[in-house]
Amino acid sequence: MDAMLLAFKMVFNVETMLIIMGSSIFGLFVGAVPGLSATMALALLVPMTFFMEPIPALAAMVTTSAMAIFAGDIPGCLLRMPGTAASAAYTDEAYAMSRNGHADTALGSGLVFSAIGGLFGTAVLILAAPVLAEFALNFTSFEYFWLILLGITCAIVISSDRPLKGAIMLLGGFLVASVGMNNPAAFPRFTGGNTDLLGGIGFLPMLIGMFAASEVLRSALDRSPKAMIVDQPIHNVFKGMWELTVKYPIQILRGSVLGTIVGALPGAGSDIAAWMSYAMSKKLSKEPEKFGTGHVEGIIESGAANNSALAGAWIPALVFGIPGDTLTAIVIGVLYMKNLNPGPTLFTTNPQNMYAIYILFIFANLIMIPFGWATIKVAKKLLNVRREILLPIILLACIVGTFGMNNSAFDVGIMLVAGVVAFILEENDFPVAPAILGVVLGPMLEENFVKSMIKSDGVFADFFARPVAGVLGVLTIIAWTYPMLRILWRRLMPKEQTA
Amino acid sequence: MTKTLLSRRLMLAGATALAVCATLGSASAQTWPSRPITMIVPWGAGGGTDATARMIASLLEKQLGQPVPVVNRTGGSGAVGHQAIASAEADGYTIGIATLEIGTMHHQGLTPLTHEAYAPIGLYNSDPAALFVRADSPYKSVKDLLEAVKASADRKFKASGSAQGGVNHLALAGMLKAAGIPVARVAWVPSEGAAPGLQDLAADGVQIATASLPEAVALISAGRIRPLAIFAPKRDEAMKDVPTFKEASGFDWSIGSWRGIVAPKGTPADVVAKLQAEVGKAVATAQYLDFMKSKGYATGWTPGEGFRTFMAESDKGLGATLAEVGLKK
Repeated sequence: MDAMLLAFKMVFNVETMLIIMGSSIFGLFVGAVPGLSATMALALLVPMTFFMEPIPALAAMVTTSAMAIFAGDIPGCLLRMPGTAASAAYTDEAYAMSRNGHADTALGSGLVFSAIGGLFGTAVLILAAPVLAEFALNFTSFEYFWLILLGITCAIVISSDRPLKGAIMLLGGFLVASVGMNNPAAFPRFTGGNTDLLGGIGFLPMLIGMFAASEVLRSALDRSPKAMIVDQPIHNVFKGMWELTVKYPIQILRGSVLGTIVGALPGAGSDIAAWMSYAMSKKLSKEPEKFGTGHVEGIIESGAANNSALAGAWIPALVFGIPGDTLTAIVIGVLYMKNLNPGPTLFTTNPQNMYAIYILFIFANLIMIPFGWATIKVAKKLLNVRREILLPIILLACIVGTFGMNNSAFDVGIMLVAGVVAFILEENDFPVAPAILGVVLGPMLEENFVKSMIKSDGVFADFFARPVAGVLGVLTIIAWTYPMLRILWRRLMPKEQTA
Repeated sequence: MTKTLLSRRLMLAGATALAVCATLGSASAQTWPSRPITMIVPWGAGGGTDATARMIASLLEKQLGQPVPVVNRTGGSGAVGHQAIASAEADGYTIGIATLEIGTMHHQGLTPLTHEAYAPIGLYNSDPAALFVRADSPYKSVKDLLEAVKASADRKFKASGSAQGGVNHLALAGMLKAAGIPVARVAWVPSEGAAPGLQDLAADGVQIATASLPEAVALISAGRIRPLAIFAPKRDEAMKDVPTFKEASGFDWSIGSWRGIVAPKGTPADVVAKLQAEVGKAVATAQYLDFMKSKGYATGWTPGEGFRTFMAESDKGLGATLAEVGLKK
């Protein structure tokens, strides 16, 4: 219980509170401005967290992402432009509601059910993560090897509708991560004799480049005309929320459960959770014909899903160091920076840190209600922010922030190159998320493979010798061969019928 | 005529410039420090080396009345930061932390840099490595373990605790060598540091692990692993029941990661002397000692020439052990 008390002290002090307030405003702003994503908000925060204590740094991460995912609903509802990718699934629906004069209900349900979904995901995180960690304490390199491989497979299959391009990006991530001498043999690879590259291509500069600098480029080149804001007065957004909760309890629960699960799967985050949830809501609804015409049911379910996915994604990130989405890939970078290396021992060595993270999640989802309400009030002004002022500021923040972390001009170079490369790739429909997973998971995969091979003296059968490793291994192989087996089965079936 | 005049003038100007430089130089030694002193740390923010460096920097700031900003220059297993200290201007306004790796990197062919590139100020910390087995391991003492290893087939025993060539790897290799067992008998499973190595031990992935005692406290108190001995001449104050390797086995071997403060070679001797006095004062304060104790880090102070001898000996010992494990280039 001492640890719990310590955790409360770490969260409820002036410094952490000020940081939470600041990051709430920052997250709401970035989320509400179309074209600026939640991932970008976190990437821009990284250099700032460099100068914070670990818990305030995590507070900034948790609050900013939760606020940004909710605030993405606002421009979707008023402009028909999703503020973040996580709101894209129900943007049309929300806009239709506004046109019908129900903007307040659409925004209100976005806010209230985002908070409920977020709290649900947090509850699962609090209950599941320590149990998983206890279990994971018995994991050796064999189990980790299969777990990471399964995670990577899963990321390619579900994270994109273009598995081939996803796989290419993943391999690109592996390649980038193999630069330097941070490998099991401590052998310098692809450094060209450069001392700066001995340490590898900096993960944090690369993140800032890929998720912040590249978006500046994209926004700057975007010549689409300014969208018109729906001219509807917004009254009390909380009106009718209780009635909706009573009317759609199953939808709220379903969205939260699905969101948490999708979030916890590597590679899939809030955006995919929202799409899947919206589709499910429509399929299982009693009145599917109303979907798309300004019906609130889908917004409730997928709004809950995208925020519950946030907390869900933290489960594998904290227990195994495997990111559940791009946001947690950034969080993992920050955890390493703060010497809070993810893994099961994180739960045993300093339990107060874990409790503090739980408290932060609950707190962030609670203050989302007043802060979100205030944002909706000023939304119309917020949506008029001029791009040509915003973009240079963001680029400047990228450069100064990257330099500030390690006082290295080399890192700034990495950041800028990563930004341009990510921009070109995304313009050509290559998803960036698998690449960042490759960068995080590639070295882990290699390390655990090499460790396992040393332990087994090169006997591959040992990879299946331990029970948990064996099960994970078989699952991975099934996941790989399933598409082929299905093709084979389809070809064989007609023959059998005729025979 | 004009030519000689000109050259005379030039010479005069040159002499004056030299004289001014000399007076400025000596003035800087007397008035040192007149501006902020940068402290370079070759390891990341939040790590042990960083935490101790920041503590000392904040104390120096108070004592000297000048800011002492800490700059982390990470990368290349410490090569980048160590190089940055060595190549900084030797005017007393850049100092840095040197760690054990200064004695391993050049043997591995990662950098030509050695401890000779520095003016030593003082050694402030040295955490000995220790030997661990799982709590339910049949080996109750170092003797049991060494006998079993001696009788075993090559590579039957696996050990972990650091990267290839890291301090904990060398701790194990040196132990085997001291006990007259071929170093290749135990397979080294590289890990990204002590924590994952110890977790692998707890999860039955390896049979032996080496790490410092503070790094292992959590798993020891959770009843998952057991320390057998500490590679130091003296027992640890906090864990008095853990014997030294010599007490437990009769063989002599000590090793541990260490941290010290250095300045670039060529820093004026009087500035170095002043730095030695000031840092010596800082590491004797109650605030520093309490901080180090709370984190489980050992304390001590070996200034100047003593530190130089220590680095030279450490370098020699590490070189011999690296050659033994086949990592010397």
